[in-house]
Parts: sequence; structure tokens; C-alpha cells
Amino acid sequence: MTATALVLMEEGEPSEQAAFFARGWGDGTVHSVGVDAIKPYAPDAIAAILQRAADDLKAVAVLAAGTDRGNDVMARLAARTGLPFAANIVAADPADAIEVTRQRWGGSLLENAILISGRPLVTVAPYAVKAGNWPGPIAVDVKRYIAELDPRDMVVQVKEHIDPPGGGVSLAEAKVVVSGGRGVGSKEGFAIIEELAGLLGGRVGCSRVVTSAGWRPHTDQVGQTGTKISPDIYIACGISGATQHMAGCKGAKRILAINADAEAPIMSLADYAVVGDLKEVVPAISAEIRKNR
Amino acid sequence: MRVLVCVKRVPFTGGKMVLTADSMALETRHLGFTISPHEECGVEEAVRLIEANGGESVVLTLGPPEAAEQLRDAMALGIDRAIHLQTDGQEWDAQATSSAIAEAVRADESASGPFDLIVFGNESADAGGYQVGLRVAYALGRPCATGLKGVKVEGLTVRCEQDVGGGRDVYALPLPAIVTVKEGLNLPRYPSVPGRMRAARKPVATSNPARPESQLQLIRLTVPGGSGRQTKLLGTGPSAAPAVVGMLREIGVA
Repeated sequence: MTATALVLMEEGEPSEQAAFFARGWGDGTVHSVGVDAIKPYAPDAIAAILQRAADDLKAVAVLAAGTDRGNDVMARLAARTGLPFAANIVAADPADAIEVTRQRWGGSLLENAILISGRPLVTVAPYAVKAGNWPGPIAVDVKRYIAELDPRDMVVQVKEHIDPPGGGVSLAEAKVVVSGGRGVGSKEGFAIIEELAGLLGGRVGCSRVVTSAGWRPHTDQVGQTGTKISPDIYIACGISGATQHMAGCKGAKRILAINADAEAPIMSLADYAVVGDLKEVVPAISAEIRKNR
Repeated sequence: MRVLVCVKRVPFTGGKMVLTADSMALETRHLGFTISPHEECGVEEAVRLIEANGGESVVLTLGPPEAAEQLRDAMALGIDRAIHLQTDGQEWDAQATSSAIAEAVRADESASGPFDLIVFGNESADAGGYQVGLRVAYALGRPCATGLKGVKVEGLTVRCEQDVGGGRDVYALPLPAIVTVKEGLNLPRYPSVPGRMRAARKPVATSNPARPESQLQLIRLTVPGGSGRQTKLLGTGPSAAPAVVGMLREIGVA
């Protein structure tokens, strides 16, 4: 019998990273169950299948990506098995006493903890580990588990899907994001932010202060409780750089901070800085772009 | 109807994470505290549900004596009464927290009748465990949908909307149910002065559950290394515009 790990697979890089990472948990063997084993998505049923598969395989650990779906299913598996669950780990030492390093505060703080469990359940924080070349996990045949599902595990299932509103690229995928914070001062103040974003073919973002004040919709918020972005450049105007905000924009390739306060935290966290009143600087940048076209 | 919302007291972290000398906690001496952001929307939703349907709303927290402040904040927004599972300030792991909450829910329901809906935040701002709501749901044998940006009670079911890749997935759960919500569900109101005065007189039931051994034991906290970015000052005031645009050209976005 091999000492296998079991991984929940979704589309996308975070699951590939989790599966590659899972090689470190047993003898290098990894089995997988797809999150789409039941369609539409039914998280209790997927957790039930994972539980059966883990028991039959005597899996040494069960892993998933630290995505919405990954954390959802793994927490259900943890609840139904009574085992502890560590979300969003970035490293692990799978010895006798398993030490994990995991993200707190959306990654602004790291925690080292001992996971006391016969079968560690973890999710791997997206983009915290790299995937390499390997044949990939062995897919578990789930037919029997599906046939034997308890109907109670099908109560929570997606009944309907609403397509995203059309029109342009999403904030999460935008190449350029121009954001405003408290320094913008009002809902109307965002006109100059919108103008610059438009000239650069980018999206408008904002900080949490702005959505709490009702100046912009929550869908524009960049941050720990908003959208996590990874543009080529992030232009942060009148944003101080609280950890809550930086947790959302640290994935940006470059950050330009425009702030009247040279001592604001963001001024030392950015690649480029302009000290000045955004109400003067931002229109001047827009004018300069127009002048050169 | 009866609605329970569970909240956690967390610090406002500001610009920098500073740890205590033993690296076991955040240094919070100079920080203010708040209800964890997702749960602020949970409180607002509970208040709206009772405004629309009538009944009773209850707020629950597990936390130190100081967490009474967050219970008063919730009651100032319109929650009717509070349950405080008081700790000595030590951190409780997700399993211990959810067992204590499930037990408190059972006790309250045996005295006052079942909660149609129990609302949690999707994850706490500080520990980010992503599991307390689901563990309580399993303990109570109720269906649970997570990470919701839309919650609508329709007769004997609750319609739940969850963001997924820009679009939304929709669930319909039979009541009683448990939901975990995210910021953006609604725009929470600000407390009024009369609301604060009423909150001071609303009842808080306090108990002191025993803390079980943790199965996810904290060894230490660390602040991850700097951003690795070297800041280049491009200028001061509007005269910096040419340098900014030069940089934008260089990276191919202007």
C-alpha cells in the first residue's frame, strides 16, 4: 500500500500548485477528486466523496487550493470528520508533529502552528508555492461514491447561475488599476480617477474607506475583504496603505503611489512615488498622456 | 422570525503589523477594535431581516470581556439582545469556538425557540480559518452556504448568492439554515445616538465556557518580509507628470 495524499482539483493554477505540493506528504503518490465530480457544485457531496476516498486510500493527508471552493469543501470535510483544518498554508513540515505555516490577515501575518491530527486537512494559499513538471495526480474513480451518496448531502447545491455583467475586463484581471482612497474626498472626486483609468484602458479601484462611505460600489474595492488584483501597474491615489488594502494589491507587478503625505505607509511599499495632492497630480498625468498622443 | 448573527472582535490594524515580545499575538495596546468586516454586513442583514419580517435578532460573540463593546455596537444598529461567551483572552481554535457556539445555540433555542437563520462571516479578519460557520452547521444538522453576497428569505427557504468568476451561483436552502457572508452583501448603516442609548439598556447574557485543548496550536507569529520593492521618487506635485508618463510608456501601458 502506498502512502498517498488526496487532493481536491479545480480548474486553474492554485489547484495545480496544491497537487504538486501534496507530493511532499506521503511517499510522493497523489490521488485526486475533481470538484466537478457532481455538477452543478454540491459542496457537502464533494466533501462526502473526499471522505470516502480518503478512507479507502488510507490517505495520509487531504489538500485543496485555498480558493473559495477549496476552503468551502475542506471546512465541510473537517466538520464531518471532526478533524482540525488549517486554511491557506504556505509551507509545511509533514513529520510526526506536523508544523504548518499559514496566512492570517489575508497574508499580512504568518502563523506557525502544530496541527494535531491523524489526517491533516489543509488548503494551500494560492500562488504561495510553485508547481513543477510531473505527471499529475491519479484520478480516483468516484462512481461508486456518487451512487452511495446520502440525499442529505445534496441539499446544498447550486440551482442557478447568473452570468457576469458584460462590458470590459474584471478588476481581478485588469492590466492597469487606478484606485482612489480617502484622499479623493467624495464620490464626485472619482471623476479624475475614472479619466486616468480610461486613458490607460484600466479599471477603477478603491480602498475600504471609500466603499464604507458609499462613494463606490463594493465590487471596486481592492483589499483583504475586496478583490485581490495582479495588474502590470497599480496606481494608488490618496491611499495610505493599511495592511487591509495591501493584502489586495501586493500581487501587482508595480505600484505607483500618489499621496500628499510623504510618510504614508504606502510610500515605502510602492515601486514609484509622487508626493503631492492627487487632485493636481492625477489631472496633470492625464493631460500629459493626451499631449503625447 | 428569529435570526442570530455571530461576530468576532478584531483590532484595526492600520499600516503595520507589530507583534508582542513573545511573538504569540499582535500588539494591540495602541489599536482600536471592531467587528470583523464580513460580520458587520451580517449584523446589518440580521437587522434588515427583522425589520422586514418582524421577530427577534440576537448577536453572539466568543471573546474577552472587552468584546462586550462589539455586542453593544451590534445592538446600537438594531439587534435586540446579546449572548457573550466570555473567554480570558486566550485564543480559541475553530473547533473549540464552534462547539461552544453550537452549545449556546441549543441552549437559547430550547428557551426561546429555533433560529430560522444563523449568520456568520465567511472568515474572520484575523485568524482566517474559514470554518466556524460550517462546523456549527454540521453540529446542528443544518444546511449552510458560504461566502454569500446575497441573502433573501423567501417563505420557507433562503436564496443565497455567491460570487464566482464575476458571475453568481445561486442556492436555495430550506430553513432553518446557516449562511456565511462577505463584505459587499450590503452597506452597513452607522449607529444613531438614540440607537446607542437603547443598546446600553439591551440584555447581554454572559457565560464562561471552558476552553478545550487546541488541535491547531499556535507556536509563533511572524511578519512576512518587506514587499521587496525599492521606492523610486518620481517627483513632487503636478510637475512629476512627465516622469510618471515616461515610466508608464516604458512598461507599455501608456
